Amino acid sequence: MAAPLVLVVLVAVTVRAVLFRSSLAGFISERVEVVSPLNSWKRVVEGMSLLDLGVSPYSGDVFHETPLIVYLFHFVVDYAEIVFMIVDALTAVALYLAVRDYNKAMFKQQRLYLELKKYAPESHDLLRVPTEMYYIPLKVALFYLLNPYTVLCCVAKSTSAINNAVIALFILSTVKGSLLLSAVFLALATYQSLYPVTLFMPALLYLLQRQFIPVKAANPDFWLFTCQYGSLYLGSLVIVLCHSFFLLNSWDFVYSIYGFILSVPDLTPNIGLFWYFFAEMFEHFSLFFVCVFQINVFFYTVPLTIKLKEHPFFLLFIQLAIISIFKSYPTVGDVALYMAFLPMWSHLSRFLRNLFFVSCMLIVCSVLFPVLWHLWIYAGSANSNFYYAITLSFNVGQILLVSDYFYAFLRREYHLQHGLYLTKKDGSEATLILS
Amino acid sequence: MFTSLSSHAIGQLACWLEGGGSLSQGNMAATVLPCLLLLSVGWIVGDAAQGGGDTFREELLLTPLRSGDIAATFQFRTRLDSDLRREKVSHYRLFPKVLGQVISKYSVQELHLSFTQGFWRTRSWGQPLLQAPTGAELWVWFQDSVADVNKSWKELSNILSGIFCASLNFIESTNTVAPTASFKPQGLVNVTNHSLLRYATLPREVVCTENLTPWKKLLPCGSKAGLASLLKAERLYHSSYHSQSVHIRPICGNADCTQVSWELRQVLTVVFDLYSSGMGKRDWSLFKMFSRTITEPCPLASESKIYLDTSGSEKDDDLFEVSPFTAHESLVPVHGDKKLYTVYDLLEQSVFNTSRNLNIALKWKGSPSSDAGPPLPPVCHAERYVSGYGLQTGVINTMIYNNHPYRAFPVMLMETVPWYLRLYVHTLSITTKGKENKPSYIHYQPAKDRRRPHLLEMLIQLPPNSVTKVSIEFERALLKWTEYPPDPNHGFYISPSVLSVLIPSVTSTKTEMEDSPLFATIFPSSDGSSYFIRLYTEPLLVNLPTPDFSMPYNVICLTCTVVAVGYGSFYNLLTRTFQVEDRKGGGIVKKLANIIRRIRGVPLLDAGSLQRRKGHAAEAPQIGAME
Repeated sequence: MAAPLVLVVLVAVTVRAVLFRSSLAGFISERVEVVSPLNSWKRVVEGMSLLDLGVSPYSGDVFHETPLIVYLFHFVVDYAEIVFMIVDALTAVALYLAVRDYNKAMFKQQRLYLELKKYAPESHDLLRVPTEMYYIPLKVALFYLLNPYTVLCCVAKSTSAINNAVIALFILSTVKGSLLLSAVFLALATYQSLYPVTLFMPALLYLLQRQFIPVKAANPDFWLFTCQYGSLYLGSLVIVLCHSFFLLNSWDFVYSIYGFILSVPDLTPNIGLFWYFFAEMFEHFSLFFVCVFQINVFFYTVPLTIKLKEHPFFLLFIQLAIISIFKSYPTVGDVALYMAFLPMWSHLSRFLRNLFFVSCMLIVCSVLFPVLWHLWIYAGSANSNFYYAITLSFNVGQILLVSDYFYAFLRREYHLQHGLYLTKKDGSEATLILS
Repeated sequence: MFTSLSSHAIGQLACWLEGGGSLSQGNMAATVLPCLLLLSVGWIVGDAAQGGGDTFREELLLTPLRSGDIAATFQFRTRLDSDLRREKVSHYRLFPKVLGQVISKYSVQELHLSFTQGFWRTRSWGQPLLQAPTGAELWVWFQDSVADVNKSWKELSNILSGIFCASLNFIESTNTVAPTASFKPQGLVNVTNHSLLRYATLPREVVCTENLTPWKKLLPCGSKAGLASLLKAERLYHSSYHSQSVHIRPICGNADCTQVSWELRQVLTVVFDLYSSGMGKRDWSLFKMFSRTITEPCPLASESKIYLDTSGSEKDDDLFEVSPFTAHESLVPVHGDKKLYTVYDLLEQSVFNTSRNLNIALKWKGSPSSDAGPPLPPVCHAERYVSGYGLQTGVINTMIYNNHPYRAFPVMLMETVPWYLRLYVHTLSITTKGKENKPSYIHYQPAKDRRRPHLLEMLIQLPPNSVTKVSIEFERALLKWTEYPPDPNHGFYISPSVLSVLIPSVTSTKTEMEDSPLFATIFPSSDGSSYFIRLYTEPLLVNLPTPDFSMPYNVICLTCTVVAVGYGSFYNLLTRTFQVEDRKGGGIVKKLANIIRRIRGVPLLDAGSLQRRKGHAAEAPQIGAME
């Protein structure tokens, strides 16, 4: 299995190297779909030159990276292209290992449940077989590395690639059951882009499941473990923040990063829902709607956790997708991360209702983004509404995709317990409805 | 502050900028101008014990420009011989009370305000005496006793807005900067703590009659008598360039500078394009320009003179003829060179003709074509433009020309760029003759969204006979729909860049403040070897991407719909569970559908009738839609 992975990585690196050397690199790095004010490489360079001028990079409103990123790139700025290629490869390898371990664990769990006769007898068609699962880790790595979104993200040197790598490492350490590393990487991801804080719940659930600790309020082990993981997470977050403070000797970065993420002052167009909404918003409702939109990212966590407490990995996937849809400055790099997990759920395909339609929608939107941008910004023959319309349909496509997978997952779970072919009492074929 | 001051010239500029006040103090150590005239009212009422009382001087400078246009520069100087900072001045004679009170109330150290329409074309008109940027410009030094400079600045600009009927109330934190090196006090002060300085320009401001009237009212004679009687709006605004300004500063009150006086200088510059309107004739007269002649000096003025620049006639006496003839001529050092001026002293009765008026006229004898070629460009000038296309990014380019054949000199360049053009300082490039020219001093203050503009100040050394190109990239922001002006596709004005230049003089010139003509003493000069000028480039007009202003409701509805689609589908899946449908009748929808079907005469729906298909046992059962 290692040889195909190496091959995939080599192909991916070649594609990126070719694109870095081509004239497209400059064009890609200016694309608003690929870079946002939060992660644009141009702004990283600007922050470093501000530091060189002796001006705090956070005294202006151009730079919103974390202090650690500035100092990291201060040393490797000349090798930035190689660093970004390594980061992408690292993400893919981490995802590959994580998915492989997770699949092994899932297979074990399936065998256990079979032995315990937890599955309905007629649902054997739905059970997963090793031959199908064998190539899934490789497919995940392939989906991440050769996804055009990831390639664009890497060629534009968007720092969301680094955030993806941190999240991938977090997933890997969670799957491996390393409490400390999982908390540290989650803290790093939160530190960089705030929204991954919602991944705390799936990670906690997964670790609990791994330790066979039942999620019950009466169980002292559960509380002990939760406190342990929570304090590790908070501790590492505090350490990282304090470290940043000592690098620059000021807390300006807190407002400049998290205030910027939460209050959405920069309305540069992107693929998200925020920019045009707040450009057109009436001033006195602005604060209210900022709150509503931001809560939207976080509040799905609680019901999802309750609903999916037996399936933390799927919860993680749904959370990643929700972040990338509803975050304030989304880029295609965020989309690429959760899309990499789609091969993991290939066993849900028989229950997916509109995969073809959604795929067409996403592909057409991705093609239309640059076209309508050109018509609006350069040709002047279209206006902002055209680009806005395409962001809307892209997001509808993403929402449909995620809810479709969610539906298929729940449906499969139902069939596993009640059998694939449902009959009514009179023996006729039954219809399954959500009610 | 200045990192590496290599050349002598940089040192000089630095010296001027650092200690302009102290130098001027030395130069202003001149005698108090004796009151030559018995002024009608002022002399009697005046508080003579306090050192002579107020004085008023008026002056008009007529300069034929190289392009054939003619520039008229009016200067009115009112001097108040009491210190507005320390004493409570309750009696004003010549100095306008309204300004005196404002200065006392807001503890202003120095105030410079200008309103300008048009652009001084340095390239074809030559070096200006006092250039001003298009629109309105205000810069104020506050005294160090002011606690909250921003608050005073805001209130002061609002009050000036009322006094001058201008939109100075649009000055707020988004267009105000505190330059560190470009603006130094020009009066009697040694404070160079630049946190006391505020500078703002409004390039969009339109200047018209309503600004001129309050400006004229500040003069002791108003526009009733003296040179100000020429200032009629219908002629002044029918010109290529019009600029009016007010400068207030403290100066030395006596020879050894133990007393402080306050000086109000009102300058009005207007450039008439007589060449094209006069059908190719370059002849001009006061009447042609202002449709008026001068009948008397202002009776309150201690000096009232008209200077005519005749420096072109030195070589060839027969080039033109000036009427009426006067024998008064004087050599005045201007811009580092001594120039010859014909002087008309209006206080002498002889300059007026028999019908008691004075109409200075100039008649060219030779044909205009006798002039050789295009005019020589001035020693230093600058221009600016935006390059790039589309509404995403762009580049601001400033070209600075040093046309001096063998001397290098430094220039302090200041750029103020509003926050909605996001500058990237790492793209700043300064090239001279194809090589990088590293500035010896850079001050950069990045913008804060909706709060503060970008401020970039650089000290650049210009090699002789060279063009220096300064370029910096920017990104255009999308604003909220309420932040656009009423005509958003007209574009946004970007204030001009300011160049403070110390140019080497041709001849050694040292000016005495009190005795020399007013136009020669606008900027205090450091020593004879160089002279200071301040140049402004063109304002820029930049387009930003705009949202559709007509559809805020639609956008709110559509985006909320998408969010609701997400919310709805998750809500459905989270709160409902899968169940085998066992109800016979079905929902109300099915009942309605059956009623319609009965009317249409098609088979009725019943549970499972649609789904039942034989031979597809392996296929998953069909699922009813989510209800």
